[in-house]
Amino acid sequence: MADPLITLDGVTRRFDMPRRFGQPALSMLAVDGVSVRIARGEVVGVVGESGCGKSTLARLVLRLIEPSAGTVTFDGTDLTDLSADKMRLARRRMSMVFQDPYSSLDPRYTLEDVLSEPFRAQGLKVPPGRIDELLTAVGLSNRLAHAYPHQLSGGQRQRVGIARALALSPEFMVLDEPTASLDVSIQAQIIDLLLRLAGERSLTYLFISHDLGLVSYFCDRILVMYFGRIVEVLPGPKAVPRHPYTRALMDSSFVPDPAARRTLVPITGEPPSVHTPPPGCAFAARCIRASDSCRTTRPPLAETPDGAAVACHHPIA
Amino acid sequence: MIDRSLSVLKVALGSFKGRVAAAWLLVVIVAAVFAPLLTPYAYDLQTLSQAFQPPSASHWLGTDEFGRDLMTRLMYGARTSLSVSVVAIGLSVSLGLVFGAIAGYFGGRVDRAITVVVDLTWSFPEILLALILVAIIGPGVTGTLLAIGVAYLAQFTRLARGQIMSLRSETFVEAARSLGASDSFILAHHLIPNTLAPVLVTAMLATGDAIILEATLGFFGLGAQPPTPSWGGMMSSGTAQLFRAPGIILFPGLAVALTVIAINIFGDALVAAMDVRSRERKA
Repeated sequence: MADPLITLDGVTRRFDMPRRFGQPALSMLAVDGVSVRIARGEVVGVVGESGCGKSTLARLVLRLIEPSAGTVTFDGTDLTDLSADKMRLARRRMSMVFQDPYSSLDPRYTLEDVLSEPFRAQGLKVPPGRIDELLTAVGLSNRLAHAYPHQLSGGQRQRVGIARALALSPEFMVLDEPTASLDVSIQAQIIDLLLRLAGERSLTYLFISHDLGLVSYFCDRILVMYFGRIVEVLPGPKAVPRHPYTRALMDSSFVPDPAARRTLVPITGEPPSVHTPPPGCAFAARCIRASDSCRTTRPPLAETPDGAAVACHHPIA
Repeated sequence: MIDRSLSVLKVALGSFKGRVAAAWLLVVIVAAVFAPLLTPYAYDLQTLSQAFQPPSASHWLGTDEFGRDLMTRLMYGARTSLSVSVVAIGLSVSLGLVFGAIAGYFGGRVDRAITVVVDLTWSFPEILLALILVAIIGPGVTGTLLAIGVAYLAQFTRLARGQIMSLRSETFVEAARSLGASDSFILAHHLIPNTLAPVLVTAMLATGDAIILEATLGFFGLGAQPPTPSWGGMMSSGTAQLFRAPGIILFPGLAVALTVIAINIFGDALVAAMDVRSRERKA
């Protein structure tokens, strides 16, 4: 990867908890030392269960949240020390699609208002015909330009969210579980649309999801997150997971094929307390392969030549 | 925006109650604005020979103890009452929006400082706060106006702050920021407009309360000073003549009551009409 579009280097975010009287100050590491490089045109998936820090990571990449440590480099520019004005300009090249298509649109805005907002926020004029073009690009009729969000279905609203993210012709988009609040049938349409747009406009995606099955369907590379860290990098959709956590994620997901019916193996137990992280591997307490060394020493993320990486003392061979 | 206000008004006028209330408010406003054109008498012209006249063709509501036409004084009184309460509430709405928006959006120390002051004034009843303020500023139109404005400031600051705080965590605000919108852009284009509807409705209802408060201050002799008529001041002078000429106290009292009831009914109709969601679904 000679010229990555995005480089995260040791990105860390610590949240301080509100202090309660008579108790020590608590903080939690939502994202802990994440380093990733994303090439132009690549579709990178991030999976993990809720609370693993994937949404925080999404916001750190776009500097919607400031990192406590580490840097985010976009096309050679370190975003973390850009001035407000320079950052505004940089935002023309990146955008985000949000999970909840209901609260992501201002109820007082017509679709035309929603789609002109990116230009107005940047102090630009809306190019003539651009609104129609954006609506068409996401498969919405331009007669909807004067409709309000509450007149649309969830799937239509998410299309509006995608159109808004496309408005300034960005190169990079963060998709934060864009299909998680939609019906399964609509999910497929939205994924299709996103893939088509990525092809047509040579976009680079960071796709956040809790659904390993969905992500492995179309992502070029998959990062598996657990407890704020990347525990495994799968170099392709067909790559066989080697980390026991990834394995367990696969085994605990449903496969919609009666012929492939099998016993589901749920992951037992809970992630450790965010305030008192264990010294060793965060997954050790729930892992069947865990040994004593797992509980005392944290395994580093070890890369293999094929681009895969796994942070485990006893990876599955 | 204008289309929208018009259609809200149309829906609010759709109910019988809403129409009656609006009609009364219109009558009071027209009477207040065009008082000099609508009546042949001057509000301060004393004709002692005509004192305590009962209602008649020449004096529709009779005359007071100085022989002044009650109808005329009631119309000029509406001027004082309405303008003082509307301007006072306008003052608390605009200041409340600014303070509330600052406290709610930026949080932290600014928020705590504003909240402490607001909670302090909130813990006094409005009438007590207004009395204290009039005592400091001095009686008269300006005094009552400022007193009422400050008395209701806490209510609007709290309302705006709460609205802004809940809106601030909405995803569309984060979306705007991800597109490069500045704090002032987000405040002006998302937070304030979404706060405006509930604030305006509350303002409408608070205007009713402010009319009562203005009348109360007038009744205590702290409002507009004679001979300028105000509804509260008229009632105050009427107490001495309660049995001889009950109309002197009764008519301004009725004017206050009817106007406040009309404002409340019309305010309720506006609340119902302003809910965009319910309206569009019907259309």
